[in-house]
Amino acid sequence: MTHDAFQTIIGLEVHVQLQTQTKLFCRCSTAFGAPPNTQTCPVCIGMPGALPVMNGKAYQLALRTAVALHCEIPRFTKWDRKQYYYPDLPKGYQISQFDLPMSQNGHLAISDPSGVFEPKKVGIIRAHLEDDAGKSMHDEAASKADSRIDLNRTGTPLLEIVSEPDMRSAAEARAYLSELKLLLMYLDVSDCNMQEGSLRVDANINLHLETSHGKVATPIVEVKNMNSFRAVERALSYEAGRQFELWEERHIQLGGPGGHKTTRGWDDEVQVTRPQREKEESSDYRYFPDPDLVPVITETDHVEEVRRNLDELPAAIRKRLESKYKITSYDTDVIVNQGRDFVDFYVTVAESCGDGKRASNWLQQDVLRTLKEAELSIEEFPVSADSLGDLLNRVSAGDLDNSRAKDVFSRMFNEQESVEEAMSALGIVKVDTSALESLCRELVTANPKVVADVQEGKSQAIGALIGQARKQNSNANPAEVKRICLKIIASL
Amino acid sequence: MSLIESTAAQLHRQLTSGNVTSVEVTQSFLDHIQQHDEHYSAFISLNVEAALAQAEDIDRRRASGKPVGALGGLPVAVKDVICTKGQTTTCGSKMLRDFVPPYDATVVCKLKQADGVLLGKTNMDEFAMGSSTENSAFGVTHNPWDRTCVPGGSSGGAAACVAARMAPLSVGTDTGGSIRQPAAFCGVTGMKPTYGRVSRFGLVAFASSLDQIGPIAQTAEDAALLLQALAGHDPNDSTSSSKPVPDFLRAINQPLVGLKIGVIREHFGEGLDDEVAAAVREAVHTYQALGATVSDISLPHNQYAIATYYVIAPSEASSNLARYDGVHYGFRANEAEILETLKQERDTATATNQEATGKELDSELIRMYQRTRSEGFGSEVQRRIMLGVYALSEGYASKYYLKALKVRRLIRQDFDKAFEKVDLIVGPTSPTPAYPIGDKIADPLSMYLGDLYTVSANLAGIAGISIPCGFSKTGLPIGLQLQAPAFEEERLLQAAHMFQQQTDWHTKRPSLKN
Repeated sequence: MTHDAFQTIIGLEVHVQLQTQTKLFCRCSTAFGAPPNTQTCPVCIGMPGALPVMNGKAYQLALRTAVALHCEIPRFTKWDRKQYYYPDLPKGYQISQFDLPMSQNGHLAISDPSGVFEPKKVGIIRAHLEDDAGKSMHDEAASKADSRIDLNRTGTPLLEIVSEPDMRSAAEARAYLSELKLLLMYLDVSDCNMQEGSLRVDANINLHLETSHGKVATPIVEVKNMNSFRAVERALSYEAGRQFELWEERHIQLGGPGGHKTTRGWDDEVQVTRPQREKEESSDYRYFPDPDLVPVITETDHVEEVRRNLDELPAAIRKRLESKYKITSYDTDVIVNQGRDFVDFYVTVAESCGDGKRASNWLQQDVLRTLKEAELSIEEFPVSADSLGDLLNRVSAGDLDNSRAKDVFSRMFNEQESVEEAMSALGIVKVDTSALESLCRELVTANPKVVADVQEGKSQAIGALIGQARKQNSNANPAEVKRICLKIIASL
Repeated sequence: MSLIESTAAQLHRQLTSGNVTSVEVTQSFLDHIQQHDEHYSAFISLNVEAALAQAEDIDRRRASGKPVGALGGLPVAVKDVICTKGQTTTCGSKMLRDFVPPYDATVVCKLKQADGVLLGKTNMDEFAMGSSTENSAFGVTHNPWDRTCVPGGSSGGAAACVAARMAPLSVGTDTGGSIRQPAAFCGVTGMKPTYGRVSRFGLVAFASSLDQIGPIAQTAEDAALLLQALAGHDPNDSTSSSKPVPDFLRAINQPLVGLKIGVIREHFGEGLDDEVAAAVREAVHTYQALGATVSDISLPHNQYAIATYYVIAPSEASSNLARYDGVHYGFRANEAEILETLKQERDTATATNQEATGKELDSELIRMYQRTRSEGFGSEVQRRIMLGVYALSEGYASKYYLKALKVRRLIRQDFDKAFEKVDLIVGPTSPTPAYPIGDKIADPLSMYLGDLYTVSANLAGIAGISIPCGFSKTGLPIGLQLQAPAFEEERLLQAAHMFQQQTDWHTKRPSLKN
């Protein structure tokens, strides 16, 4: 929500499950959806005597992400224990990183093609690795207050990415999340499935207001339980409004009496945030270095190698598509948001037909629609980028018009035919220019009324001639017919 | 000589030559345990059937000419803090009274691979916290030299069973002296290897940065035999060293030429028993007679070792023991009682109109944690958890825990400096011989001060060994501690063996009383 009376200040904490085969400190599978407590071992369930051993793959995925977020990678990082009691935390502590995280001081650029906000860089305070807790399932029935615990998730590698409080609206927060998710997908480090908990978002939000006594801030609220990006956007808009109303009513300031940080949960059904039970005491996690693990040393050379080996990322791809294929930022956004395979498909089509705009239109309309209807991904799409390029090339060359091309495309998809096969099945042959000229001459001669209309300046009257031409020869290219007829009329 | 009086090396030769079977050896020790252990409580549990089955299998293989591991069917006792698959591992605690690990510790796998016969699990101070084995939920272990005295701790059962000839070899653990001090009190040889030399995987953690598994035996040669089986890199323990393991048994017979030993000035100060001082001085003379040169050295930060240790060890312990919360395994306080008590408290609050008080009462979960940990842990463990929680708390961590880490570095540097001048550091293992049971249990601080000479090796991560070097007038053993730089276990064993070739303290055995 934008509002003249206040400025919204938002920072986000995102937890991302890294896509490893095995857990962060043991060799149990991380696959989602197995029967409860079947993917566990003495290490991840915290059996006496069991010891953690770091999964190097998880560290590499975290490193790749941190480098892509332009973070500094300190040479030395270590593991710390974050201690608290909860039944789904079997060791009594989480292995996390406290004062020396594996990465810090990065940023992520966000923008909005429709100009809702100005492009900006959102600072990343830090990104660090930690192991996930298990899942508690509470039976809320009053008669029997049973809780069950599934430890399959326990020990799954999480990357916690903490942003600076740099976002000024719910729309910016949503854009940050979308861009972050897209980046993670391009890096192939996480499946980012919010429903399965692979990506979790907590937000910190408050308001800055100008008053007659100067600038003041409202108490910070941490908002939890947002299960989609849309929920984040709505929760933050709601929360900004709520905080403003509360301010008007009670004037409670950050740090003042009653101005401590609180936690609220988003109720998606009712679309409101509600207070969550405060912890009984202020939390002291008693962080200290985990003596069971050795520090991780990352040499600059290795960081540079990771940087060099990064595939091209969304921001760079957008820039390249815009400048090379002359398409709008809106178009590049649509294409890039579909993922790397779609971008590759687009580039092949655009190169092959030599018309980036035409390729973009076809992909956004026909290809995306077909994929959606058939519930296919671009990798599963039976029409190759080369053959679609071939088709569009013929459109550019005037061999067939757009509407005929759509018929051809439809056959290429449905019958899995090549461009030639589809064209010949549809009886499309290129009409010889001289044949087309003589057809046009006949039509001009036979339609003096149309000729008169055109000469009087009603150029749309030419449509009647195009219609007749198509009736006589369905392959006649309307644009060509129009051009030739106008030329003939002009020369009369 | 009867089988149980023999050293492990002697038994090993007899087993290898086929003069005796592993079943015979194992059975003799089991018989001896069954005959005497009710008076000493060195063991918490025995493995009779499994041990005999293992011994039979080894004998069968040997008889048919198939390969037999390096321990050749020798029985081994294992401290009950090391996980054994399918056999209870109690850590001397009510908390884990019925805990049966689903996996073997790395050292247990190694012992099995080496054909060591697992006799049973030895008694200990609860979670290895203590210096007298009085803090066991399964009864006090008695010193075989004098039943009224403590055997030392925390590996009291492990040392006592070797002294009492209930096992030729025994595996202990040492966090601040828990192998060396009971070895000294029981008149046996006990070594704390370098941190990282032996895998900790499956050792139930007390203080992870200090804990180390090591051998207890009658002689240095026996200790070498057992260490050989235990040592080596383990991919399951990130802190285990990948340095190659030398051949200790071969090394032990090569005498050390030009040995330079250092005597720590600070170790001969206040609190050291006169008889212990005299025995250690005599031992130093023995080394001189063997050609060693002796020099005085100083470890200036040693005076802070106890304070440093009793911040770091409890801090780590408070974290390591957080998992015993009654949720997933182990002891849980009676739930029905907890619910009933809470209900009564709430009813009272409502009846007396103290709604606010009623709301502030613990949740069922918090109450379950509290009751479980209050009932499941003994007082020494609770004391150390509280110390550790305090030392790690916000606002205190920099004053205590982080400060202790800095002092720890200084203590390590003291050793580095000392070892530039000398090959070994020699001194007493403990300020006094064994003391009567009950003497110090009510005075934790005086008990802690008994660790004065041993904790610094753990803080520095270096290797140390205790060997018998005399007796008090009342007939209690006195231990000599040798300390060597990290990964110089060879040197320790050589020096200990040299000493044992010249003296017979290690051959003395207590006569057991029924």
